Amino acid sequence: MLLKELCQINGVSGNEKRVRDFILERIQDKVDSWQMDKIGNLVVKKKPSSSDQPIVLLCAHMDEVGLFITEITADGYLKFQPVGGIDPQILVSKPVSIGSIQGVIGTKAIHLQRKEERKQILNFEELYIDIGANTKEEAEKEVKIGDYAFFNSHFEIIGQDYLKAKALDDRIGCALIMEILDSSFACGIIAAFTVQEEIGLRGSKVISNYVQPDFAIIVEATRAADIEEENEEAWSVELSKGPACSLMDSATIYQSRLIQKVSNIARNHHIPLQFRKSTAAANDAGNIHKGGTGVPTITLSVPCRNIHSMSSVICKTDYEYCLSLLRLILQGGFINAESEYP
Amino acid sequence: MLENSYDLAKEVIFTLSGKAGVTGYEHRLYPSLEEIFGSLDCHLDRDFMGNFYAGKKGDDGKLSVMLAAHMDEIGLMITHIDNRGFIHFTAVGGIDGRTLLCQEVIVHGKQEVKGIISSVPSKVQSNNAKNAIDISKLVIDIGYPKDIVLSLVKPGDIISIKRTPFMLLNEKIAGKALDDRAGIAVLAVCFNELSKLNHRHNVLAVATVQEEVGLRGATTSSNRLQPDLAVAIDVTHAQTLDTKSQVSIQLGKGPAITVGPNIHPKIFTELTGCARESRIPYQVQAVAGETGTDARVIQLSGQGIPTGLISIPLRYMHTSVETASLGDIVDSGKLLACFIAGLPEDAEDLLCC
Repeated sequence: MLLKELCQINGVSGNEKRVRDFILERIQDKVDSWQMDKIGNLVVKKKPSSSDQPIVLLCAHMDEVGLFITEITADGYLKFQPVGGIDPQILVSKPVSIGSIQGVIGTKAIHLQRKEERKQILNFEELYIDIGANTKEEAEKEVKIGDYAFFNSHFEIIGQDYLKAKALDDRIGCALIMEILDSSFACGIIAAFTVQEEIGLRGSKVISNYVQPDFAIIVEATRAADIEEENEEAWSVELSKGPACSLMDSATIYQSRLIQKVSNIARNHHIPLQFRKSTAAANDAGNIHKGGTGVPTITLSVPCRNIHSMSSVICKTDYEYCLSLLRLILQGGFINAESEYP
Repeated sequence: MLENSYDLAKEVIFTLSGKAGVTGYEHRLYPSLEEIFGSLDCHLDRDFMGNFYAGKKGDDGKLSVMLAAHMDEIGLMITHIDNRGFIHFTAVGGIDGRTLLCQEVIVHGKQEVKGIISSVPSKVQSNNAKNAIDISKLVIDIGYPKDIVLSLVKPGDIISIKRTPFMLLNEKIAGKALDDRAGIAVLAVCFNELSKLNHRHNVLAVATVQEEVGLRGATTSSNRLQPDLAVAIDVTHAQTLDTKSQVSIQLGKGPAITVGPNIHPKIFTELTGCARESRIPYQVQAVAGETGTDARVIQLSGQGIPTGLISIPLRYMHTSVETASLGDIVDSGKLLACFIAGLPEDAEDLLCC
C-alpha cells in the first residue's frame, strides 16, 4: 500500500530527501516533466490536453513533525527540541530512532516521584533520549548535534477501517496526489510536494513565487478533535464522515463560491463531505492563494485523530472518498468556470 | 541443552517482554515459561494462585533453595465504555498516567483488539494547563462503532501495553515488563549455569504472580515450598539523568546485592563473596527497611526464611521503555548459580543469625 510505504519513510521538516526520492521514483514515468527547487520542493507537471485547458496545482507537504538533537550530555544522553507542533506529553515512554540508532524517551520512575511531580507535565527541557551510550564520546560516535529523531511506529489497521501510523500528516496528501497522477485529465496538472510546512509553511512560499496555476487544491490531513473535545462543535471534523473542506483557517479565507462548487460536486456524486468547523491552524494554502495576482484555492483534508503523534489515526474510507472527490473536481467543468470573480 | 547464557538471556527476554501478563492475568505466559524451563530440564509445576514452578534436584537434596522472580506486569483494566464507544480504564499496579498518551495497547476482550490511548476533555486541564492529563481523562480508541465495541469488550477486561523489545547500544535492552521478566531470564541463566556445576541442594524457582499489587504470589508460593533459604530476583532503579540525587545504582555495573534488615546477613555475605571470587561485578544496595520485592514476604513465611535479594539495575521502571543491561542480567544468573553451587552441605551454621 502506497500510504504505508510513505508513512514509514522518515522526513522531518528540513530533512525531506528520502520522501522526495521515493515520490520521484514512483511518479517520474507518469509525468511530462519534473524539477526540484533550491529549498527542496518537488514540482511535477502533466500537460493539458489543449492549450485552452486550465492548469491545476495540487499541493501536499512531504515533511512530518519530529525531534531535533540539540545537545549530547556528559553521560551520553541526547537533549532535543521539537520540530513542528508536538505536545510533549505524547513523548514520554516512547521509542525513537536517530538514523539506525534506537533510543527511548523514559521518565523518572513513578516510585521516585514526589506526589506533586506526578501531576506536572514533563516539558521538552526535562525530557531526553537514551540510546544506551555510556559516555558523551560514545554517543558522539553515533549521533551528532543537528541530527533528527523520528517516532518509531508501525503502520497498522485498527478496528474496521481505521489506519494508524506516524506522519499521516501529510503523507496522506502525498499519496492522494500520487494516485491522481496515475490518471490523465483534460486539465494540466502541476503537483507540488512541499518541504517545511510544519515549521511555518516555508516550502510553499517558494512554490507561490514561481508556479502560476489557474486553480489550486491543497490536500492535507486535519486534526479531528472528536475524542478530546466534549462539545461537538469543537471537534472540528469527525472520522468516517468523509473528507473535510476548509472554510477559513489562520492563513486563508476560502472563497465561498469555490466551497459551494465542491459541495455541489460531492452532493451530486453521493460523496460525504464535511466542513472544517475550526479556524485554527494553517496549511500551504496560506501561501499558494497569495501567489502572483492571487490563485483560487481550496483545501481538502482527511480527518486525523492524534495528529502530530506517533499514533495518528485516519479512516480509510475518508481517504477513498477524498480521492474520488479530487478526481471529480479535476474532471468536472468546475475548473473551466474560474474566470468569474467572487 | 547447554546454551550460551548470554544468548539464552536475550532469547528469554525477547520471548517474554512483549507478551501480555498483567497482574492477575499472567496465564498467557505459561506456554513460553514451559518451553524455556522445560528445555532447561526442569521439573515444572503450577499452583492455585497461578505461580509457576521450575525445579531441579541437587545431588543429595538436603536443603531446598527457593528463587523467586515475578512474571506479572502493570497494566490497565476496562471500567466502562462510553456512549461513543471509547473505552475508559483504571490502572492495575503502579501506572504513571503521564506515560500513556498515544500509547498503543491490546485490549483482551473476546478477542485481542488493538487500540490507541487518547484523551477526553478535562475541565481542570483547561483551567490549569500545567497539570498533566489524569488517567481518568484517558480513553482507548479501538476504531469500531459503539455496538461492535460492546460486542467485543466489557468492563473488567484487561488491557496490556503493546511494545516489542529492542536493543540499544552496549547490549542494553529496552521494552515493557523487564520488571520483572528480566528476573525470569536470570532464573533461566542460573539453571543453565548450574548444569555446568555440581550442586548438592534442590533448587525451586518460582515465577510469581501478583507482585505488583502486594507480593501476593510470593506469599503463597513460599508458604507452599517452605524452603531452607530463598533468594528473590527483581529489578532496582538505575541512575538516569533526572535521578542523580536519588539513585546510586548504575546500569551495566553488575547486579545489585541488597543488604539490610529484609536480608539475611550471611546470605548477603555469601553473595558478595561469591561475586568477588568469580570476578562478577556487583553493587551493594543498602535498604534500611523492607524492600519492595518478593523478598519482603518470603522472609516472613513459616518460621521465617533466610532470604537474599539480587536486583537487576533498570532505568525508567514502570514505563514501556524500561531499560536494562544484558550483561547485568547474565551476571545476576551466574552469581546465583555460583552461590547455590557453593552452599555447604549443612547450612545450619551458615544460616544461624
